[in-house]
Amino acid sequence: MQKHLPLVTITSQKKWALPDVRELWSFRELLWILVTRDIKIRYKQTAIGILWALLQPLLTMVVFSVIFGKLGNLPSDSVPYPVFVMTALLPWQLFTKALTQGSASMVTMGGMMGKIYFPRLIAPLSSVLSGAVDFVIALAILIAMMFWYGVVPGWEIMLAPLFVLLGLASALAVALWLSAINAKYRDVQQAMPFLTQIWMFITPVIYPTSMIPQGWKWLFVLNPMVSVIDGFRWSLLGVRPPDMSSLLISSLSVLVLLVTGLIYFARFEKNFVDSL
Amino acid sequence: MTDSVLSLHGVGKYYQLGGMQPYHTLRDTLTELVTGRKSSQQSKKGFWALHDISFDLKQGEVLGIVGRNGAGKSTLLKLLSRITTPDEGRIQIRGRIGSLLEVGTGFHPELTGRENIFMNGVLLGMTQREIARKFDEIVAFSGVEEFLDTPVKRYSSGMRVRLGFAVAAHLDPEILVVDEVLAVGDAEFQRKCLGRMNAVASEGRTVLFVSHQMEAIQSLCTRAIWLQSGQVKQDGPAESVVLSYLASTTKDAISEIGSREDRSGQGKIRITGLSIADDENRPPSTGRPARIEFSLSSEAPQQGAVIARFAIRDGMDKVLALLTNEAGIQELTFNGDAGQVVCTIPKLPLMPGEYTADVSLWSNGYLQDKVNRAISFTVMTGDYGAGKGHQVGVVHLDQQWS
Repeated sequence: MQKHLPLVTITSQKKWALPDVRELWSFRELLWILVTRDIKIRYKQTAIGILWALLQPLLTMVVFSVIFGKLGNLPSDSVPYPVFVMTALLPWQLFTKALTQGSASMVTMGGMMGKIYFPRLIAPLSSVLSGAVDFVIALAILIAMMFWYGVVPGWEIMLAPLFVLLGLASALAVALWLSAINAKYRDVQQAMPFLTQIWMFITPVIYPTSMIPQGWKWLFVLNPMVSVIDGFRWSLLGVRPPDMSSLLISSLSVLVLLVTGLIYFARFEKNFVDSL
Repeated sequence: MTDSVLSLHGVGKYYQLGGMQPYHTLRDTLTELVTGRKSSQQSKKGFWALHDISFDLKQGEVLGIVGRNGAGKSTLLKLLSRITTPDEGRIQIRGRIGSLLEVGTGFHPELTGRENIFMNGVLLGMTQREIARKFDEIVAFSGVEEFLDTPVKRYSSGMRVRLGFAVAAHLDPEILVVDEVLAVGDAEFQRKCLGRMNAVASEGRTVLFVSHQMEAIQSLCTRAIWLQSGQVKQDGPAESVVLSYLASTTKDAISEIGSREDRSGQGKIRITGLSIADDENRPPSTGRPARIEFSLSSEAPQQGAVIARFAIRDGMDKVLALLTNEAGIQELTFNGDAGQVVCTIPKLPLMPGEYTADVSLWSNGYLQDKVNRAISFTVMTGDYGAGKGHQVGVVHLDQQWS
């Protein structure tokens, strides 16, 4: 009977390796239950509950439209500025929420991890995924706005999920690095609001990519969120398709960040509890 | 590894002292990243929380781990539960390990009892389907049926513990690792938990159990390992390991009091030794005679009446009784540079459990020496006359009925 039981060997050896995908898969139920738990408790004991998921992008959109659209007169690729900024705010807020929660995840879930084993990757993964629900809810506003402004999307809308996925992958990639570092140096948590703010200004949320001087574009598109937002905007509004080379550079930079992040994380997770 | 389900070969765990921050800078980390080597600073400040631990556990064995605080028990559990990895050696586990290092891990106060059962169960390694199947059983065991759809934050701490244990009790991994969970909850619930543990053990499940309650170890375990300073001091039948462990804790205290720095008083006469044992020099037990011995000494010869005090505290630090020869109970004198004071209790009324005591010594109206928590001791199960089964309350009282 014992022959059939799996044998697990734990040694002191630390290898540089990718996480064990098979093991991760066997913990999928835990991932799911953590994501749903996060969603259930996020708006508990708030007066307006889930409406927050709508209000946050809505209010930001209004403020941005007034300040950058009306007063700043920033160009918006010939689309009404509110729609223009909203198509960026959705993936952007998805990204920042995922990034912020993902980076803090190893600390917020540290207590649990000190008491029970599960692949530590579950922590940032569940935090990143639980942010996606707000995105889906906020999508309702965008659809309403598109109706209001009479914007009709073309076939490109089929590609929108791909850009959302790229955005989630970017958030996960950065969160992997930051969550691991945050466990040791809490500086990350302090720097987070600052980081996301600066990051927004180097991402075409309030302005179009067309404003970037051609000579600097290669550097600009190293930021994967550039392609995520340009792509998402294009797929919904049909304006200015992202060029292939930018998309390629952005995707590559996500891939590099993600793979190195996974490797770093896999090595760090073994003795992560000791550094809490 | 032929028929053992768990085996450890030379396992050790190294910890740095004083936390990571002062000794482990960002620069060290970066250097390590580049060179792939641990910086040399690590070997300077640290200790082996566990060192060279080897043992095999066979299918169906119930192993108890005993040892003082800091002996490495928790570290061992963490290694076995895969919460952290060893720094040396190898651990091999055959089958699913279920570890209960805490009751109700992952409970969220905002979620209902029902939701938390699933959360906790999945965390412990059950599938949702498995939990759904055992759901009614779990709820019945916990006794919180009426509050299933109430957020756990409205639960009393007792209810939370019940719910947590109920989930844990329905876990059936091949190997179960349990830490002191029985130390919580009321007596009634503890009995229920012990019963459940007993059932698990008798089903042929392999269990590894850490506790400070020697009673529990003796009644549940077939085998015990005594850890001391991170190493296996003794490995054998539970009964004998517990006895020698207890004997050593009493002895340890004797040698310790002389070197304690946290004492007050004039210090002309000092308490240099302290012990508590039964009349046959074994650990004290309920209903048997107990003998408390103070060894006294002074640097310069002294003479005069002395008063000794021995205040017994329970595990919650509450003073239960004060033993003293003052107020004309028994006049004792100290003469010369060494002496001994003995207090005998004809029939120890304390319930089995862990106790500590504060001691002090007075001479000619002045406090000479005082050490708080000078000794810790375990009272073993014994017969006070009411039978072993009647262990309710704090102390036994002599009684007569008519």
